[in-house]
Amino acid sequence: MKVDVNPICSSVEKKVASESPDSNWARLPQELLLHIFQYLPLLDRAYASQVCRGWNQAFHMPELWRCFEFELNQPASSYLKATHPDLIKQIIKRHSNHLQYVSFKVDSSTESAEAACDILSQLVNCSLKTLGLISTARPSFMEVPKSHFISALTVVFVNSKSLSSLKIDDTPVDDPSLKVLVANNSDTLKLLKMSSCPHVSPAGILCVADQCHGLRELALNYHLLSDELLLALSSEKHVHLEHLRIDVVSENPGQHFHTIKKSSWDAMVRHSPKFNLVMYFFLYEDEFGPFFIEEIPVTHLYFGRSVSKEVLGRVGLHCPRLVELVVCANGLRPLDEELIRIAKHCTQLSAIGLGECEVSCSAFVEFVKMCGRRLSQLSIMEEVLIPDHKYTLDEIHWEVSKHLGRVWFPDMMPTW
Amino acid sequence: ITHRHRQYRGGRTYITLGHRAGDMGVNTIHWFRKGLRLHDNPSLRDSIQGADTLRCVYILDPWFAGSCSVGINRWRFLLHCLKDLDNSLRKLNSRLFIIRGQPTDVFPRLFKKWQITHMSYEYDSEPFGKERDAAIQKLACKAGVETIVRISHTLYDPSKIIELNGGHHPLTYKRFQDVINRMDPVQLPAETITLEVMKKCAMPISEDHDERFGVPTLEELGFDAEGPEIAVWPGGETEALMRLELHLEKMASMENCEHPRMTARSLLVSPTGLTPYLHFGCLSCRLFYFKLTDLYRKVKNDTPPFYLYGQLMLREFFYTTATNNPHFDKMDGNPVCIQIPWDRNPKALAKWAEGKTGFPWIDAIMTQLRQEGWIHQVAWSAVACFLTRGNLWISWEEGMKAFEEMLIDSDWSVNASCWMWFSCSSFLESFFESYCPVEFGRRLDPNGDYIRHYLPLLRSFPARYIYDPWNAPEEVQKAEKCIIGVHYPKPMVNHTMASCINMERMKQIYQQLSGHRGLGLLATVPVNPNSGASTSQVGRVNPGANQVRDLKLSLLLCK
Repeated sequence: MKVDVNPICSSVEKKVASESPDSNWARLPQELLLHIFQYLPLLDRAYASQVCRGWNQAFHMPELWRCFEFELNQPASSYLKATHPDLIKQIIKRHSNHLQYVSFKVDSSTESAEAACDILSQLVNCSLKTLGLISTARPSFMEVPKSHFISALTVVFVNSKSLSSLKIDDTPVDDPSLKVLVANNSDTLKLLKMSSCPHVSPAGILCVADQCHGLRELALNYHLLSDELLLALSSEKHVHLEHLRIDVVSENPGQHFHTIKKSSWDAMVRHSPKFNLVMYFFLYEDEFGPFFIEEIPVTHLYFGRSVSKEVLGRVGLHCPRLVELVVCANGLRPLDEELIRIAKHCTQLSAIGLGECEVSCSAFVEFVKMCGRRLSQLSIMEEVLIPDHKYTLDEIHWEVSKHLGRVWFPDMMPTW
Repeated sequence: ITHRHRQYRGGRTYITLGHRAGDMGVNTIHWFRKGLRLHDNPSLRDSIQGADTLRCVYILDPWFAGSCSVGINRWRFLLHCLKDLDNSLRKLNSRLFIIRGQPTDVFPRLFKKWQITHMSYEYDSEPFGKERDAAIQKLACKAGVETIVRISHTLYDPSKIIELNGGHHPLTYKRFQDVINRMDPVQLPAETITLEVMKKCAMPISEDHDERFGVPTLEELGFDAEGPEIAVWPGGETEALMRLELHLEKMASMENCEHPRMTARSLLVSPTGLTPYLHFGCLSCRLFYFKLTDLYRKVKNDTPPFYLYGQLMLREFFYTTATNNPHFDKMDGNPVCIQIPWDRNPKALAKWAEGKTGFPWIDAIMTQLRQEGWIHQVAWSAVACFLTRGNLWISWEEGMKAFEEMLIDSDWSVNASCWMWFSCSSFLESFFESYCPVEFGRRLDPNGDYIRHYLPLLRSFPARYIYDPWNAPEEVQKAEKCIIGVHYPKPMVNHTMASCINMERMKQIYQQLSGHRGLGLLATVPVNPNSGASTSQVGRVNPGANQVRDLKLSLLLCK
């Protein structure tokens, strides 16, 4: 909240000119105090609040209590300290109705997650705009008894009525609670991040897409994705979608994944031509069957486990909107053809990362030449590049730098 | 220098400032810490000149360990080194004096007893080394002992590198390389100490030297020396020099000697491996440097490229980064370390350290480490990734402590650096690569010979399942008499789920660090870390401050 201090300053100056120096500080207008206090860290502000009644009142102004991050850690499970319980009590008592942007950071212990739920249950007078539940280590919200979590969360859903941004990844949120969310916040919800929420079904998330027409950012797991969902997000009433993030994760080998029709993706692109589709794949090599068979509007593609040459070949053919490609590992056959194909067809590509892969130096230079200066991120591990008759390793970085228009070196790991 | 000595001998008064010369003679101590060698030992060489007597000492004290636990392999290696040094000194009509105790207690005694006038030692650039040596310098000063300190554990003087980089240590290896290219050339190794060099220098040895000052055995140090073990890594300068020759021969015969490709065999103990000898100083890094240079010039008839010295230069880089940072081995308070909310999980840590994770690739590596005291760098990166950002999300500090205990070539600077690098806590390289504990090893060694060697339980498992035995059908497990979950542990995490979550976490941390608002993963790695400001300030969690701050806050709010 910015306050224009100029009119205030001039009025203060006038006051200062007419009165003795000693009483100035006590007469500073509240707006100015507020502005200054916003620059101070919380503890310094608290010390300032002890100076006099006026400053104490300023300290407790609602504007200073809009944002808070609760850090909940146990000494046995974290190196980090926690927000002091007394401070938490005070905030709930005096300022819970001022809170608007709230996040909870919890460590891997169930205790911490439960403490977060307890606080949530008490936020009855809040009208939250932002809520974030963040696990800094293992997802401990999943360890909390589901009913306890759900009832705490629905307190916020019901009371806030103006939630705009909600981050509940790795939590036991379920379909009924999403219904409550929608019933109370459908007009305001813009961002929903709920990756790895195993208790939600495709119908549950479809309900959100159907009702929350202002939704611009959505993050979820692939099993929640459906043709209906994409069509709902592309309906006339719906605003343009900005980001859609999908995690495709296989817990055990041999899992089956459904396909999404090309027509559904096409509808998305027609409705939101500029939207970003971010996909993170954590699959076993033989589970890629349903993917990249037809054109898909993915813009940011990440392969967290080994992905085959063949699939990368398909990526080259079917991902015309690709902006970033990161391949963690591929195996020991050179990706020369596949890279050239990607350079040719993915004309928007500006970032590529290759981990445990192999590419011959000549093919790599060719790739960079074809992409040219649009490659702003080129993160290649040293071991990826195989010297050949045309280029050795020392020569290659000059060639690549030349085509990129900036000095470039491969990434390295300390090995010898 | 705080006081003068006055000596009255035969009517003549000698007044000296910190130097008791004259009839007492020049009596020197050379203090061996690292630098356990007679070749390229300039501090020893310089102290011999003009000395009447010389005694070479090694102090057995807690400083060696750093922490209280030092494993048996490291002790064994050290004792070999000391024995070898003692033998070499014997050939020069001298011996090595092993003295137990803390240097600050030991030296004043020795200064007095042996009427020492000079003391020499090799410069130790590590923060604790500098602190210890500063204390000893003070004592030496007080006793009127002149100290002779020379740099020979590193190729360059780390402070000169820092000076040339504008007063800051280079934050990336690339930057370091640029600075090195502008430094004066590496100094030639000092001449080896021979009888010729010793000349008139006498070495007073008493008859009961072995009893009082001899090299102890493992048993004497309190170890259960199990069985007649032929050390996989025999310590000592003699062994080091022999290995150097073998190493160079091997390089000469390889086609692409600067960039050897990694194979499964590389994982096993190498008869030409040199890192432990560099760490203890049995092998001079400068000698290695010049021998590499000569070899390259001979074979390729060209100026050697920077990466020929990769191993040595990385080591140099790490020493330079650590030299002014006493918090280098910690996350909290360490300006080069990104603050990451690691999990505290002693049970999980123990499983990793003991090689009981249920992932044979990881367990085999940790078994080799525990048994032999050495693993290949690639293996190190695999287990480091598993412990930290890959799977367990446990702090790299814990990994470092475990390695300090078990790894023979674990330099404080190098150990901390590698752990920070592998856990993506520093050096700001990309973090997207994750070493799958199943597939990575499988690609390197498809038949699983390495696992069979170090995990006898799985010795005859079919190659198809040896990296993920929990997927083997029951019949196979029964046939091998190794039921997963009974004889060999089940996998302690689901790798896919863990790496998925951790990847996202790392991305968010880096996003906070770089302030990057876009969707890209690669762009979250901050560029231009040489802007001077500490990159770990951004998005920094300050663990210590919150508790006190919040308590005060709540008290204030109550009023």
